[in-house]
Amino acid sequence: MSVATKTVTAPPSFSRAGVLWASTVGKKALMALTGILLSLFVLGHLLGNLQLYFGRDSTGAYLINKYAEFLHHNKPLLYGTRTVLLVAVLIHVVAAFQLQLGKGAARPIEYHQKESVNSTVSSRYMFWTGVIIFFFVLYHLAHFTLGWTGVPDFKEGDVFHNVTAGFRSGIAPLLYVIGMIGLGLHLRHGLYSTFQSLGAGNPAVSQWALKWAAVVATVIALVNLSFPLAVLAGLVKG
Amino acid sequence: MKLTLDIWRQKGAADAGRFETYTVEANEHMSFLEMLDVLNQELIGSGKEPVAFDSDCREGICGMCGFVVNGVPHGPADNTTICQTHMRHFHDGERLRLEPWRAAAFPVLKDLVVDRSAFDRIIQAGGFVSVRTGAAVDGNAMLVEKNKSDRAMTNAACIGCGACVASCPNAAAALFTGAKIAHLGLLPQGQPERTDRALNMVAQMGKEGFGHCTTIGECEANCPAHIKLEAIAQMNGDFLRAVFAKREEAAGGGAG
Ligand code: HEM
Ligand code: SF4
Ligand code: FES
Repeated sequence: MSVATKTVTAPPSFSRAGVLWASTVGKKALMALTGILLSLFVLGHLLGNLQLYFGRDSTGAYLINKYAEFLHHNKPLLYGTRTVLLVAVLIHVVAAFQLQLGKGAARPIEYHQKESVNSTVSSRYMFWTGVIIFFFVLYHLAHFTLGWTGVPDFKEGDVFHNVTAGFRSGIAPLLYVIGMIGLGLHLRHGLYSTFQSLGAGNPAVSQWALKWAAVVATVIALVNLSFPLAVLAGLVKG
Repeated sequence: MKLTLDIWRQKGAADAGRFETYTVEANEHMSFLEMLDVLNQELIGSGKEPVAFDSDCREGICGMCGFVVNGVPHGPADNTTICQTHMRHFHDGERLRLEPWRAAAFPVLKDLVVDRSAFDRIIQAGGFVSVRTGAAVDGNAMLVEKNKSDRAMTNAACIGCGACVASCPNAAAALFTGAKIAHLGLLPQGQPERTDRALNMVAQMGKEGFGHCTTIGECEANCPAHIKLEAIAQMNGDFLRAVFAKREEAAGGGAG
C-alpha cells in the first residue's frame, strides 16, 4: 500500500525559535512566558517592599535597608536577575511592538462605527497599558535606583530614607498612581490571557483564571500603592 | 416599518467607497436580506445600481452572508447570521449603518461583498486527513471519547463566515483557524497530520495578513456558530507542541 504524504512548507532548516518568532501564535507564547517572569518579579519586589512596614530590628537598622544590602551584596544574584529581566523585557516589548504594527496592517481601513459587544477595557488596551508600565519603570529607576529625580538628599543603600523622602515631595505619588493603574489593568487581562496563549483553554481553567487574575491584579496594584499613600499619610516616617 | 439605511457603496477594489443613504419600507416578518431585496428592486426600478451583498442558503448554514450593522457583525441578534436575522429586531424609524467586513485579508470586491478566499487558503494549507477508502469501516471500530466527539462537532459547526475577523479589534483569524484545527485535532482520524496541520495553518494565517489574538473575546460573542475561545487555546497548544515535536523526514523512511 502506498500512502501519499504531503510535502510540508516548513523552512528548509527548521529552526524552532525562528518558527516561534515568525508566527503570531509563537510570539504570543513568548510574551506569555516573559510576562510570567515579569509578573513573578513584580510579586517578589512587592513582598520585599512590605518590609517598609516592619521598621527596625534589634540593632536599630531598618529591615528594608538590610534586605537591600543583602540583594546588592550577592553580585551573581543581582546581575543574574537583572540580565534575565532585561532579556525578558526586550523580548516582551519587541514582540508587543511587532504585533501592534501587524494589527494596524491587518485593518488598514477602520470601521466608521464599531461596537464592543463583550470585552473588557483591559483586554483592548494591553499595548497602551504596557506603554504606561514601560515609562513608569524608567521613571521608577530614575527615582529610587539612580536617585536622579524627586528624592531630596538621595542616599544610595538607605532605602528607607529614600522612600520616605521620595514620596513626600512633588508629583511622585501621582505618577505611581498612574503607573499602578496601568500595571493593574495589564495584569488583570495578562494573567488570564497567558493561559490561553499557552494552550490551556479548558473553560473550567479559563473561568478560574479570569476571576483570579482580576483579584491578583487588584491586590498587587493596591499593595504597591499603599507605600506612597502610607508615607503621605505619615504612617511611615524616618 | 420605515427604515433609513446608510450603506457602504464601493464600485470595486480601486474605488475609495462612501456611504449613501436610502429609505425602505419593510415589515417585521422579513429577513434582513429580504428587506435589502426590496430596496434593490426599487433601485433597479428607478434605474440605479442595486446594493451588492453575499448570500446563498439564507438558512444560516452556508457562511456566505455577512456585513456589519450598526457596528456589530451580523447585526444585533445574538449568535445569528444576518440572513437569519429578522426585521422584528428593529423598530420603525430606525437608522442603520451597513458596512462590509474590514480587514486587509478580506478586500472589498463591491459594496458589502468581500473576498474571503484567504480562509480557503488556510483550509488548503491544512492539507488532507488520512481516512481509509473502500468499504465503510465498522462504526465501533474506532472509539472516540464522548467529550472529545462533542467538542469536535462543536468546532465543526464553523461556517467560515468571517465574523470573527470582522469583530476582532486585531482582525485576527484565530477563532476560525482554531475551530478548524480543533475539530480535526480532537478526532483519531486527525492525528497522523496533526503536527503539520497546526504548523501550516498557523503559518498561512500569518501569510494572509491577519492580526494576532489578544484573547479579547469579541469573536466568540459575534460568532453565529457558537465557536468558543477554547478553540484558540487548542490551536495555540497544537502549534506549540508541533514546533517542538516536529522532526525532519526520517532518513530512508517513507518508501512503501
Ligand atoms: C511589569 C511589567 C510587565 C508585566 C508583568 C507584563 C505581563 C504581561 C502578561 C502576563 C501578559 C499576557 C501575555 C498573553 O496575553 O499571553 C502580557 C501581555 C502584553 N504585554 Fe506585558 N507585561 C509587562 C510589561 C509590558 C511592557 C513594558 C509592554 C510594552 C509595550 C507590554 C506590552 C504587552 C502587550 C502589548 C501584551 C499583550 C500581547 C497581546 O496579546 O497583544 N507589557 N504582559
Ligand atoms: S468561527 Fe464563527 S465567526 Fe468565525 S468564521 Fe467560523 S462561524 Fe464565522
Ligand atoms: S446566506 Fe448562508 S449563512 Fe447566511
